[in-house]
Amino acid sequence: MKKKLFLIFLGLGLLLTLLITLTIGPVRINVLTVVKILCSVLIDISRTWPDNFQDIILNVRLPRILLGILVGCALSVSGCSMQALFRNPMASPYVCGVASGGAFGASLVIVLNASQSFIMPVAFFFSLVTIFVVYYVAKTGSKVSSETLLLSGIALSLFFSAATSFLQYLAEEGELRQIIFWLMGGFWASSWSKVKIVMPVVLPGTICLLFFYKELNILLLGEEQAEDVGVNVEKTRKIILVLAALVTAGAVAACGVIGFVGLIIPHIMRILVGPDHRILLPASCLCGSIFLVWIDTFARTLISPTELPVGIITAMIGVPFFLLLLRKRKKLSGF
Amino acid sequence: MELKILDLSFSYNSTKTLDNIVLKIKGREILCIIGPNGSGKTTLLKCMNKKLKPTTGTVLVNDINILQMNRKEVAKNIGVVPQVSTVSFPFTVYDLVMMGRYSHKGRFDTENENDRAVVYQCLARTGIEHMADRLITEISGGEYQKTIIARALAQQPEILLLDEVTLHLDINHQIEILELVKALSEENNFAIVMVLHDLSLAARYSTKTIMLQKGRIFAYGRPEDVISVENIRDIYDTEVEIGRSSKGNYLNVIPLSIIRNVDEITSPTMHHSFRPPLSDLKSQKY
Repeated sequence: MKKKLFLIFLGLGLLLTLLITLTIGPVRINVLTVVKILCSVLIDISRTWPDNFQDIILNVRLPRILLGILVGCALSVSGCSMQALFRNPMASPYVCGVASGGAFGASLVIVLNASQSFIMPVAFFFSLVTIFVVYYVAKTGSKVSSETLLLSGIALSLFFSAATSFLQYLAEEGELRQIIFWLMGGFWASSWSKVKIVMPVVLPGTICLLFFYKELNILLLGEEQAEDVGVNVEKTRKIILVLAALVTAGAVAACGVIGFVGLIIPHIMRILVGPDHRILLPASCLCGSIFLVWIDTFARTLISPTELPVGIITAMIGVPFFLLLLRKRKKLSGF
Repeated sequence: MELKILDLSFSYNSTKTLDNIVLKIKGREILCIIGPNGSGKTTLLKCMNKKLKPTTGTVLVNDINILQMNRKEVAKNIGVVPQVSTVSFPFTVYDLVMMGRYSHKGRFDTENENDRAVVYQCLARTGIEHMADRLITEISGGEYQKTIIARALAQQPEILLLDEVTLHLDINHQIEILELVKALSEENNFAIVMVLHDLSLAARYSTKTIMLQKGRIFAYGRPEDVISVENIRDIYDTEVEIGRSSKGNYLNVIPLSIIRNVDEITSPTMHHSFRPPLSDLKSQKY
C-alpha cells in the first residue's frame, strides 16, 4: 500500500514536472497560461495570450519534454529489466551494443552527407542489427548464456566504437562536431515528427515490459529456480531482451547516447522501493522520465542561449547523489 | 498420483550420465536417491522435471509424458526444493512463497484472494506463518529452506523433488525439515523423491531407496536392504558398520575405513585417519 502511494506520488511528480518545465525557458510563461494553452488544443478557449506563446509551448517545448519523458522512461525500464535479466548490477540498456550500433549508424549518415531525416531510421536499424548479431553469437543450440551475451555485447560495442572512431577520423570539421554532439546525446533537435517515430516504439515496448514483472522477480532467484517455479526461461529471456533492446534502440535513435539514466535510476529505485518489479518497473519509468526532463531543462537554460549536452549534467548531478545513497543503503539494493 | 520413469538414459556429450533407469513412485512414498558424487543423482532429478531432456526413455506423470507438458504444467505437477541456495535480494518470505503461484497465473492475472489463502496455508504447513513479513536476507538457513518448501507447496503439486535439502543445516533443522517431508508424504499424500548424502537419514526417512553407481541402478528396494554393508563397500569403497539405534530402532551407518584396493582393507587401527584416494578427491570436485 505504501509502495502504491509512492507510485501515485511519482505520477503526480511527473505531471507537475511537465507543467513546470513547460514554463521554463528564455520566454517566461506562467503555469496558468501553460494550462490554458494545453487545454485550448482540446477545447475551445478564448485566446488571451500572444500567438508566439502558443507556438513556443506546443511546437517547441512540449515535443521536447515529451521526448524527454519517453527517452527517460525507455532507458530506465530497459536498464531495470536488463539488470534483473542478467542478475548483474552493471548491466545497462546499452549492454548488448545497442548504443554503439546506433551511434555508428548515425555517424555513417552524417559522414555520407545524407539527409538528416535518415539519421533516426539508420541508427535504429544498426541498433537492431547489433542485438541480433550479439544474440546469434551467444546462442548455442536453444540455450543462450548470459555471460556470453554480455561478452559478445561488449565485443561488438568495441567494434562499433572503433568503426565510429574511424568515421570521425574521416569526417570534416562540421561533420565531426555533429557526430560528437550525437554521441553525447541531447534533445536539441526535438520535434513532433521525432515524437511520432519514438512513441510507437517506446510506449508499447515499455507497457509490454511492465507485464513481465512476475518473471523478472523470479529470474532474480536464478535460472534453475525460475524453471522449477514454471518460468520458461529461454523464451522469457528472449522476449525481455528483444523488448528492452527495441525500446533502447528507439531512444538512442531519437536523441543519441545518453548514459547514466538507464544504469543509475533503476538502482536508486531499487534502494527506495525494494526488488519487487511490480513496483520497481513503473517507479523506474516515472523517475527516469522526471529525472531526464529536469536535466534537459537545466541543459537548455543553464548557459542559455547555448545548450549543454544532457549526458554531462546527468552524470554530474546523478552520480554524487547515487554514491550517497549507495553508501547509506547498499544492502537494500540486493546486488 | 504416479511418477514413472521408463528406460531413461541421459548423456552429456558422449558420456552416459544415466543408463537405463526404471523406477516408479506413488503418493505417500518417499524415494531416496543415494550414491557417490558423480553417480547421476542430480541429473536424474533434473530429468524428472524436464529441466534436462533424456536422450532416450520417458518420464510419465499420471501416464502423461512430461515432454508434452509446458513448463507451467510441469510446475503444477512437480514442486522442486533445490540445494540450499542464497538469495541476496530483499524479498519478504511472503513474496517468495507467492512466486510459487506463478504457474497458476496468466500473463495479466494479479494475485487474488485464493492465491493469498494458498500462500498462508503453505506458510502454516511449514510452520513459518509468523515470519511472513520478514526479509529472506535476514532469516536463518533452516527458515529459508522452509520458505522454499512452502514455495514448492504453493505450486500445489502432487510430487516433490528435494535435492540435498539438509545440506549445511544444523542437526535440529535437518530433523525438522525431514520430519516435515515425512508428514507431507503421510498426511498430504505427496509422492516425494529426494537426494540425500547422509545414509543414516536416508535409511530413516525413505520408504524406498535407490542406489546409483555411475548412472546405473545398483540397488533398489527397502532402505534396510539397499543400505547394507556389502552395497556400501561396493559403491563407496568404504567399510562401514551398520547398527540400530537403541531409541527408535533407526539404521545407523558409521564409516570405519576407506578401502584402497579391492581386496585390501586398511587395518582397523588406521580408521581415524581418513585419506580418500586421489580418484575420490577428483570426483568430489564434480
